[in-house]
Amino acid sequence: MATHASPAMNFEPGRSPSVTIPQVDPTAFYDAKGEHHPEGSTMLGFWLYLMSDCLIFAALFATYAVVGRNYAAGPSPKDLFDLPLVALNTSMLLFSSITYGFAMLEMEKGDLSRVQIWLAVTGLFGLAFVGLELYEFHHLIHEGATPQRSAFLSAFFTLVGTHGLHVSLGIVWLVTLMAQVHKRGLVPENKRRLLCLSMFWHFLDVIWIGVFTFVYLMGVLQ
Amino acid sequence: MSAASKAGHDDHGHGHADAGSHGTFKDYMTGFVLSVVLTAIPFILVMGNVLGNDRITGIVIMGFAVAQIVVHMIYFLHMNTKSEGGWTVLALIFTLTLVIITLAGSLWVMYHLNTNMMPQHMHMG
Repeated sequence: MATHASPAMNFEPGRSPSVTIPQVDPTAFYDAKGEHHPEGSTMLGFWLYLMSDCLIFAALFATYAVVGRNYAAGPSPKDLFDLPLVALNTSMLLFSSITYGFAMLEMEKGDLSRVQIWLAVTGLFGLAFVGLELYEFHHLIHEGATPQRSAFLSAFFTLVGTHGLHVSLGIVWLVTLMAQVHKRGLVPENKRRLLCLSMFWHFLDVIWIGVFTFVYLMGVLQ
Repeated sequence: MSAASKAGHDDHGHGHADAGSHGTFKDYMTGFVLSVVLTAIPFILVMGNVLGNDRITGIVIMGFAVAQIVVHMIYFLHMNTKSEGGWTVLALIFTLTLVIITLAGSLWVMYHLNTNMMPQHMHMG
């Protein structure tokens, strides 16, 4: 114990001068003027948010996959789902994706009024999608196929409802951005926000591909 | 790393802050047409019962869904291996790994629970 301690004690005073931290101006790390703020970091951060949202949907898809056939002697997907309505719904979301793309192209050209027109068209397609989904839900509940009826219906309403809620909030965000673009024009901040919403909107379309394939089409097949 | 620092320097020009995340009109139209085709075919297959076999139809429409997701990623979300110095792709791969574990793991575990813990088994045992 003592033999171990003494060399260390002898060593410390000799060593300490050599490990002095180089003197660096601590403020050099900070960007007080805000000059070095690559926009890309926002897009990467938003992408990471979308990936975490993807995990929420993965959990809901997994729940549906596990309990999706537990009908509790209630209605099955074959009895309930109206595929032409789902096809119409899908086309609404697909159209809204391409019109948002057109808004992005006009944004690059700097044409403010056309950006607003395409954003408005996107919002209307989004509203049509949400409206059709609410009509479907209303119809199902009216038929007695409520979320309480069976595990299948609980999982169905949770998964599809969560997606619908995302689209609804996307529309709120869209209207907010239209107001901001109207007030401040296509400034870099608004462009960045529009790009984030663009990713969000296209991401929701990607999730919908999973929903219409896995829930509606596969459900009718069983 | 070098791609990231290069992108960082390009960002100084105002207005074109995210050169990597824009598409062209042609990109969007290509993506749209492909999406319409890849959506229409599964609906036709299921509604018209074209293949006549539910299991095969299921596998085929899952394939179409995966293809359409890839199309959306490339043409609408403008994914490529270079954006953000590869970090977006890395995050995507990580997420996909978790998604596959979640889906496959849940189905696998719950299937075994269902088959091994049925009330009938307990009565017989």
